[in-house]
Amino acid sequence: MSGALHQFSLYAAIATRSFRRYSTYTAATLAGIFTNSVFGIILSFAYLALWEQNPSAGGYQADQAITFVWIGQALLMTIALWSGGATDDLAERIRNGDIAVDLYRPVSVLGWYLAADLGRGLYHFATRGVAPTIVGALLFGLVLPSAAGAVGFLVSVVLAVVVSFAVRFLFAASAFWLLDATGPRVLLSVLATFFSGLTLPLTLFPDGLRQVALALPFASYIQTPADIWLGRHAGPDLLAAIGLQVLWAVVLLGMCALVLRAATRKVVVQGG
Amino acid sequence: MVDAVRAYWLIAALWIRASMAYPVSFWTMTVGGVLITFLDFVSIWLMFSHLDSYGGFSLREIALLYGVTSIAFRVADMLVGSVEKIGQKVRSGDLDAMMTKPVPVLVQLCADRFELRRLGQIAQGVAVFAWAAPIVEWTPQRLLVLVVALVSGVVIYFCVFVTFSTVQFWTTDASEFANAFTYGGNTIMQYPMTIFPREVVRSLTYLLPLAFVNWYPCLFLLGRTDPYGAPDWFRFASPLAALALVGVTALVWRQGLRRYRSTGS
Repeated sequence: MSGALHQFSLYAAIATRSFRRYSTYTAATLAGIFTNSVFGIILSFAYLALWEQNPSAGGYQADQAITFVWIGQALLMTIALWSGGATDDLAERIRNGDIAVDLYRPVSVLGWYLAADLGRGLYHFATRGVAPTIVGALLFGLVLPSAAGAVGFLVSVVLAVVVSFAVRFLFAASAFWLLDATGPRVLLSVLATFFSGLTLPLTLFPDGLRQVALALPFASYIQTPADIWLGRHAGPDLLAAIGLQVLWAVVLLGMCALVLRAATRKVVVQGG
Repeated sequence: MVDAVRAYWLIAALWIRASMAYPVSFWTMTVGGVLITFLDFVSIWLMFSHLDSYGGFSLREIALLYGVTSIAFRVADMLVGSVEKIGQKVRSGDLDAMMTKPVPVLVQLCADRFELRRLGQIAQGVAVFAWAAPIVEWTPQRLLVLVVALVSGVVIYFCVFVTFSTVQFWTTDASEFANAFTYGGNTIMQYPMTIFPREVVRSLTYLLPLAFVNWYPCLFLLGRTDPYGAPDWFRFASPLAALALVGVTALVWRQGLRRYRSTGS
């Protein structure tokens, strides 16, 4: 029991330090909040014009669509949509060989990086998530979630960070074989931008593509948390939506563990 | 001036050769860049599956706006986008080294890490423009306005990159601030101005004259009158807007450079 407690306090310590590390750069955070807000404003007007023409496009009302925009802006840093979290450190440490140090620590590598990324995610959520949302609410008025929706949203955001972390981890781990993970990283940005719902809600995609997009792990990034906030998933449907996120989190983390094991063998064989 | 351009290309050529040392990385990044910008247009295209016209404009008309701003923005981004990294150079002390060299600091900053792969994104803008071009009834006059608008557009975006990156002389880690105006500017100009409130369009005309990159010239290409009632000569005024912005940029840049104090590291 004390072992489990010890493990927990260790990961909590990693997460706390990661949180603090990101909180050092106040000017960067303020600049980021400003930029997210500007993009939120541009997209809000773009969506308002769309929903004015077609008031129920994708099954959203205009005010829901605007809320969707601001949730997207709030979450894109929290989930590190364009990379930049703990997984960037991983890719860099694989490239320069420092990963060897991580591998002989008496802590799970996967757990270490996940804890660090969750700490980072919490910082970005509290700053670059909350602040632009307030800007959006003041300028455009946002739809507020029900109590169940709010709780579901928070759970869903944590799962979004875990799913996104696992995907980024897999792409970063490609550096074990490719040595340079910039190519895969760019590819991932493309997929994540389009299939998370950031540029356009997935529900507006044409038949066929829509069903595929909603089933992909990227839907967990923005589409699922936003739909929960907007109350489109309620009751058993809410559990199903969160269940799909849990499923992706478990499957992808399992894949991370397998990849890491294969990679460790390779590092050992090559001698680093 | 000639010396500066020559120095720019010497530095750029160096970085092109360096990037070619990793051909796989170079090509994945190029293709990835094209895909990102391509999907950007796909989402506008998908919007049209729910609409017939958007802000009173057809898909091809929007593609024309999109193509012109994209080409201008991406060319500027390739040529001077590296200037965003001022803060990094200040922190690392590289800016001190740049100051000792017989080439203007701005030239060195802009040519630093020159990215040839951005040609892919320029090509994407050209492709969207080419798709839209048939809706314009081309005359020599319209062709001239297009060429002038594209050149002015590159200069305007060049100024936006430099002006807003200069802020980093004051706050070294606020590089993202500039993105709101560079990438944000390109994004806002992809839409017809009719979807924005009058105040926004006024700001984009008189404060940050991005509307002269594509909006006013494209109204001329399409033979439309301005829905906000701007004077007709605005359609040909892109070079004036570019010139005015160059003046402001030179001033801001000088102030920034004067403000610079080395970190001493």
